Amino acid sequence: MDKTWNNKAWFMVLPVLLLVAFSAVIPLMTVVNYSVQDTFGNNQFFWAGTEWYAEMLHSERFHAALLRNLFFSFIILAIEVPLGILIALNMPRKGWGVPVCLVLMSLPLLIPWNVVGTIWQVFGRVDIGLLGRTLSMLGINYNYVQNPLHAWVTVIVMDVWHWTSLVVLLCYAGLVSIPDAFYQAAKIDGASRWAVFRYIQLPKMNRVLLIAVLLRFMDSFMIYTEPFVVTGGGPGNSTTFLSIDLVKMAVGQFDLGPAAAMSIIYFLIILALSWVFYTVMTNYDAER
Amino acid sequence: MNLSWMAWTWPTAIFFMTILALLVGMAVWEYFSPGGNPRVGVLRFETTRGDRLFVSLLGSAFINLAWLGLVGPNLWWALALSVVYAIGVFRYV
Amino acid sequence: MSVAEDKLMAERKGKIDERSSMQNAQTALARTMRRRGEESRFWWLIPTLYIIFLMLPIYWLINMSFKTTAEILSTFSLWPVKPTLHNYAVIFTDPSWYSGYINSIIYVVMNTVISVLAALPAAYAFSRYRFLGDKHLFFWLLTNRMAPPAVFVLPFFQLYSAFGLIDTHIAVAIAHCLFNVPLAVWILEGFMSGVPKEIDETAYIDGYSFPRFFVKIFMPLIASGIGVACFFCFMFSWVELLIARTLTTTAAKPIAATMTRTVSASGLDWGVLAAAGVLTIIPGALVIWFVRNYIAKGFALGRV
Repeated sequence: MDKTWNNKAWFMVLPVLLLVAFSAVIPLMTVVNYSVQDTFGNNQFFWAGTEWYAEMLHSERFHAALLRNLFFSFIILAIEVPLGILIALNMPRKGWGVPVCLVLMSLPLLIPWNVVGTIWQVFGRVDIGLLGRTLSMLGINYNYVQNPLHAWVTVIVMDVWHWTSLVVLLCYAGLVSIPDAFYQAAKIDGASRWAVFRYIQLPKMNRVLLIAVLLRFMDSFMIYTEPFVVTGGGPGNSTTFLSIDLVKMAVGQFDLGPAAAMSIIYFLIILALSWVFYTVMTNYDAER
Repeated sequence: MNLSWMAWTWPTAIFFMTILALLVGMAVWEYFSPGGNPRVGVLRFETTRGDRLFVSLLGSAFINLAWLGLVGPNLWWALALSVVYAIGVFRYV
Repeated sequence: MSVAEDKLMAERKGKIDERSSMQNAQTALARTMRRRGEESRFWWLIPTLYIIFLMLPIYWLINMSFKTTAEILSTFSLWPVKPTLHNYAVIFTDPSWYSGYINSIIYVVMNTVISVLAALPAAYAFSRYRFLGDKHLFFWLLTNRMAPPAVFVLPFFQLYSAFGLIDTHIAVAIAHCLFNVPLAVWILEGFMSGVPKEIDETAYIDGYSFPRFFVKIFMPLIASGIGVACFFCFMFSWVELLIARTLTTTAAKPIAATMTRTVSASGLDWGVLAAAGVLTIIPGALVIWFVRNYIAKGFALGRV
């Protein structure tokens, strides 16, 4: 659609701009100010220059949390995206099954994040949880509190449980918009199931898959509440992701300077990634 | 209202004023020559001058961080490098 | 009948025709699916297994909420042996529990109203006009959706203290606008771009003023989009805890925060905890039911 050039449209955007700027710009400026100073409380600040940035860039702890978080995002994308496509392809398209599937599948998305954590914390407990109890009856010595591997598996399964439906719903929205004529043409051509998927369904889902990957990557990159409730970042630091580490540093230890420097680096990474995703998405749209 | 918790310092204030001045400058430039001079550069997709400014600023931030992490705390050289980078971005991207 | 209304009628009729043809296509598709079903009769197995996987932990929570804590700790059973409503009674009679629900609902509703009202004109501007810096403004809005809340926690507390807003509902409502307003703008812009521009132009020729056109003609056309935007604002404000917990102490404390605190204080009353968890799921389940027909399109941000 060709749009008219009209700078008065700024007045329509103004409320949104003020509302978001209040909560985004002022805190961001404050974080930048903190990141170059040292404090011992009482609003007394001392100039520290780039010291905290240097410390963060050389900090083993930060590197470890960053790597852990990237690894986590990679794993959940590798599981949730194919699984979501598979489920969306097999969803019913008509009849009573559609609303039932949609409502039941969206249910985990609307549970407060710390309740999600609580549900899985309880579910995995060996003494009272169904999963923990079943696994220990099968002879597996499952213990997410002490075994880092088990903690990781629990956090990943929890995230798959929590967010795969988002991918399913997005893909489903893409699939139902395919006209029936496409399938008939494929049938006349005697196309295989794989060919139908590869040349009809996948191209139609490209767009929504991009949104799904973008949202899932960003949200998993800033995951905080769910793993915090289940594992508290432990055992040791094995499930301490970036946000958990950041809150530990800022609120737990009150190290404002290092926490602020870490926030800025974290934010710059997010900014660069969102720009890449956004550019890919808008250019993809422009081509169509 | 007490705003001392924002802990302003001169260097950060100058930093944000520079960014603001850049944005105002871009707006004025855009007002007198609208459209943003879109072209397809080395990145193989269309960019306007606003995009080029964003890429320059974000890239400069990473250049400074990399300098701090790999070379040392003297950031004036990193700043000079960023300016060269920004000129490159505005020329070729 | 005025030209605009005429146009609107024609538009509606077109939509109905389109819908019925879509229904035909869907019936045909269902037929093909059924025919295809002869090759793979077990297509329903995958969604069913997935739903079972989703429901098991929730079922376990519901199961626990009907047991006493003593029963939870002593016997392991797949259903409550002696079902009790005691846990729910605790929540509904203790103000420190049920006020958490009231607080959450208040700030979530406030946030939804503020976000959608602010986002409507902005989304219209983005979908209809080009203006100075529009693309960059849109991207800047989106970066706020992507920004980790953990980054903002500390300055948020101080910012809202400076304005004397700590422990009020409006503080949480405004803070949640940080990620809900960009999302609402994104969704509404998608839905609005689907409405042909000719409708606006005809209405103006017809002498409609902008506000009257917007409320009388345009808003009904994107009603489903507004519903979906409300749903998403409700959802993300309802599930967020980190910011809500930071900005409140007692008077506006959300239920999710009440849960974590009570657990640590009273020595793990599992039954009450489970009941509180079940009650946090119910509002979500209710709102999903209202938007079930638009939910898939909504998750695709109106862009399919």
